[in-house]
Amino acid sequence: MKTSEEFFAGLRDGFPIGLGYLAVSFTLGIQCRDAGLSVAEATVMSLVNLTSAGEFAALAIIKASSSYLEMVISQFIINLRYMLMSFALSQKVDPSLSVGHRMGISFGVTDEIFGISVGRKGKLSPFYSYGAMAVAVPGWTLGTMLGVIMGDVLPGRIVSALSLALYGMFLAIIVPQAKEDRHVALACLIGAAASFVFTYLPAAAAISAGSRIIILTVAVSLLAALLWPIREEGKEGHNEA
Amino acid sequence: MKHDAWIYIAIMALVTYLIRMLPLTLLRKEIKNKTLRSFLYYVPYVTLTVMTIPAIFTATGDIRTGIAGFLCAFLLAWKKQSLPVVAFVSCVVVFLTDILLTFL
Repeated sequence: MKTSEEFFAGLRDGFPIGLGYLAVSFTLGIQCRDAGLSVAEATVMSLVNLTSAGEFAALAIIKASSSYLEMVISQFIINLRYMLMSFALSQKVDPSLSVGHRMGISFGVTDEIFGISVGRKGKLSPFYSYGAMAVAVPGWTLGTMLGVIMGDVLPGRIVSALSLALYGMFLAIIVPQAKEDRHVALACLIGAAASFVFTYLPAAAAISAGSRIIILTVAVSLLAALLWPIREEGKEGHNEA
Repeated sequence: MKHDAWIYIAIMALVTYLIRMLPLTLLRKEIKNKTLRSFLYYVPYVTLTVMTIPAIFTATGDIRTGIAGFLCAFLLAWKKQSLPVVAFVSCVVVFLTDILLTFL
């Protein structure tokens, strides 16, 4: 596919992400104001971080005026899942892709952009990522800014409806693959069940959402990898499905 | 001592970017190890599942609209509809369910 086609495909798939981000970051903006951040500080924070869980956690630290070290640790732990995603993406891009492009797409490794990126057939073009970032980054940044400035003017009903967009998109990535590969379906069912238990089990209540995602992702993916290793497509030539 | 908001923001950005950038730039070869390849194959689907379940049911603030949105998204995804369609129609269903519930 041509560069421009990849870019426009990214724009198209990134559109609902940008829309979802606008809604989520609007609520983030309201909390930024509560934490004492100015419009400029909150806007720049979203522009350079592009992470919901990380920023929500950071606000608690800023509000409490905790140490800078604590900020480092919290961001590292909460955003560690991006490292797993980047590892996965490193196998999805062309091995000869330049360092510049690798550094470029790194900036846009979010749950959602990662989600649509792994949904691409074949190798991932960096221009697809840039297309998605071209709507997702402004959506996230602008939403935060509007949240700080305008507070609660958008009807709550619309905000709550939009907050489902991102999850709906995740399902659109998971379900078709689970339909095609029953091992993916099994891994996802185990993950979903474990996630339910970890979220509502009182003994596990101390585990933050960020840590829960990391622990369960590693544990369940490892289990699936050991139980159902993937077939090497096209390598040996005679064991294709 | 009062901490500076800009320094907090710079620290956040640096840590978060390094986490995203290092694996992508340092790992230039295709991984040969079969278990590791399998692990990385499952990671995206498992992590998206764990992020979605159970959060999708509480995201809207009302578990009833959350379930409606989940069912709608699941059905459309099953029918292999595109990402924007699944996302948008599910939001509309949540919105309509929310309005409907106020009349019950």
